[in-house]
Amino acid sequence: MNRVANPTGHLTTDKFVVYERGRGWVALNLRELWTYRELLYFLTWRDVLVRYKQAVLGVAWAVLQPFLTMIVFTVVFNRVLGVQSPDPDLPYEVFSFAGLLPWQFFAGALARSGVSLVGNANLLSKVYFPRLVIPISAVLAGLVDFVISFLVLLILMAFYGIVPGWEVVFLPLFLLLAIATALGVSLWLSALNVLFRDVQYIIPFLVQLWMFVSPVIYPISNIPEGPLRVVYSLNPMTGVIGGFRWALLGHGQQFPGGYLWISVGVVAVLFVGGLFYFKRMERVFADVV
Amino acid sequence: MSDIALRTIGLGKMYRIGGERAAYRTLRDSMVQSAKRPIERIRHPGAATHKSEILWALKDVDLEVRRGEALGIIGRNGAGKSTLLKVLSHITEPTEGRVEISGRVGSLLEVGTGFHPELTGRENIQLNGAILGMTRVEIKSKFDEIVEFSEIGRFLDTPVKRYSSGMYVRLAFAVAAHLDPEILVVDEVLAVGDASFQKKCLGKMEDAAGHGRTVLFVSHNMQAIRSLCHTAIRLEAGRMVDSGEAGKIVVDYLAQVADAGASATWEPGQGPGDEDFRLSSVRVFDSSGEVANLVSTAEPFSVRMEFDLFRSDEALCVGFDLATSDGTVVLRSYQTDIEPERWPELPSGRHTLECTIPPGFLNDGQYSILPRVSLHCLRWIVHTEAAVSFEAHLGHVVSPYAQFVRPGVVAPVLEWRLVK
Repeated sequence: MNRVANPTGHLTTDKFVVYERGRGWVALNLRELWTYRELLYFLTWRDVLVRYKQAVLGVAWAVLQPFLTMIVFTVVFNRVLGVQSPDPDLPYEVFSFAGLLPWQFFAGALARSGVSLVGNANLLSKVYFPRLVIPISAVLAGLVDFVISFLVLLILMAFYGIVPGWEVVFLPLFLLLAIATALGVSLWLSALNVLFRDVQYIIPFLVQLWMFVSPVIYPISNIPEGPLRVVYSLNPMTGVIGGFRWALLGHGQQFPGGYLWISVGVVAVLFVGGLFYFKRMERVFADVV
Repeated sequence: MSDIALRTIGLGKMYRIGGERAAYRTLRDSMVQSAKRPIERIRHPGAATHKSEILWALKDVDLEVRRGEALGIIGRNGAGKSTLLKVLSHITEPTEGRVEISGRVGSLLEVGTGFHPELTGRENIQLNGAILGMTRVEIKSKFDEIVEFSEIGRFLDTPVKRYSSGMYVRLAFAVAAHLDPEILVVDEVLAVGDASFQKKCLGKMEDAAGHGRTVLFVSHNMQAIRSLCHTAIRLEAGRMVDSGEAGKIVVDYLAQVADAGASATWEPGQGPGDEDFRLSSVRVFDSSGEVANLVSTAEPFSVRMEFDLFRSDEALCVGFDLATSDGTVVLRSYQTDIEPERWPELPSGRHTLECTIPPGFLNDGQYSILPRVSLHCLRWIVHTEAAVSFEAHLGHVVSPYAQFVRPGVVAPVLEWRLVK
């Protein structure tokens, strides 16, 4: 028999697609995911549409949420507790908002994607499509909020007269890194939540703790150089947030440097590991969800 | 090029029911289990650690469907029909064996999969189309046709949560009906909507089957199977027990259902019961006193329960549940339902109790009798699955307007009069 991979990537024999029990570690089959890109688009579109339709405040919510958080941070951490931005020319307001921008994208992605498979149980048990589409669309749906709060940040920067430098051309790369980080963690959480329903209760707690070990409220420079900084950089959001500030806030910001690469490495491991774990568990989703 | 569209070889699907892998687990359960396991292993070396029960929802299914063939899949509830469709649709993977498919598969296991109540009809058409596997271009080109088929007209831009259930189903089916795969897998979705819409849907499927599309169709509607499908298979407890020309398979199936039906007898000591009471037969008799698989609702008919009573008890209640083919209980009746003075006396020995079901009561359809014997307020003696089943034919409705079978588990003709 002549075995070749057909466009959807399944093993085929003489034009036949074969379904049988997968064993061990399965192939990622990303080519198949590509053929389902329109479904990805529609599911993302649905998530966005439903969110803005259901919320009374709609788009205003996407503006208010990061803005109010920034105000509270500024009052509590800057004015009361005395946390300073690393650069005297950079107001704490802008500094914290630039950190909140990728952070809220990440936190929102985790909250949505963690429950995404369970929330779409009826789809999983009634239609076939690559299951990766579900957590990916949950992560991507956060991009609309991201764009809105990005515009708010631009207004804020204009208000304080802060102009981004040439570094801003690297911003898309850091956005990609943020997406990869969110997706890497989401793949693990969404798959785990199908098997262990308590994961969805752990996520809010996890997100809260994670924020305190990420440089959202305070600058990375507050963490002493040396081994502690290295351990700190194992948190992939360290690199993401550091990168966002460096790219956005002009020349005054220090390039995250070697620490960025530690974060990138961790993201790569999380992401690839998450992909394989997800693909391995996906075979039983329809039976246990 | 081969003309086989789909083939399964030794297909099997196993589920664990009960036991530790019932459904999802919680982390705590899992931790407790893994902590326990080594301890158990030390305490009971060699004992099985998986206590779960195994259920083969499908076993050794070998199937071949030719291109352009319409195959009907029939069988009782729980025979594995839906599992088979899920495996063929690639939703769940087989535990053993394999499926070989040549061509794009579209599956309709439910109408309105992924419909979101907050979205409008228009938005849901696009979303549902994409979920069912249509491309954006395809949805666009069929959009008007879908809207027309669904008859929702001016409600197109209303959120579907404001739709009546009829409109909702029509819209959902309209999208599904315009799915255009090479192999179409359909599960009982026609059991929705009103009669005229059902007819339209059947017509649409006949079109599909007529245009050389391969169709796999599960239904309890034998009429639909006979008119749509060329060939059929019958599943029983996960195994394929019969296959061949659709008309013949349907007739055999109905005969078998009816046969197993009207009479159930047990060897002495084998019937349901205990040391005090044992059932020996349950039978359905028509008005002429014959055991009958088929009764007319124009005439009374009766259920007779024969049993051995070894210890007389005042609290003994002998009766049955009358249920429809989908398991809905129509009524429960005991010999003790009437005034105590008229209760039959039941000393030790063999007895036969008869219960008469009046004419003009049941609807058209398959009904079953589930024996129910208890000591009142003490315990169940017999509480089993259906022992016998029979088919009721609507014979008592005299109106010239009553051309179609009405919905409902019973079909009494009620009195109407003008009061003002």
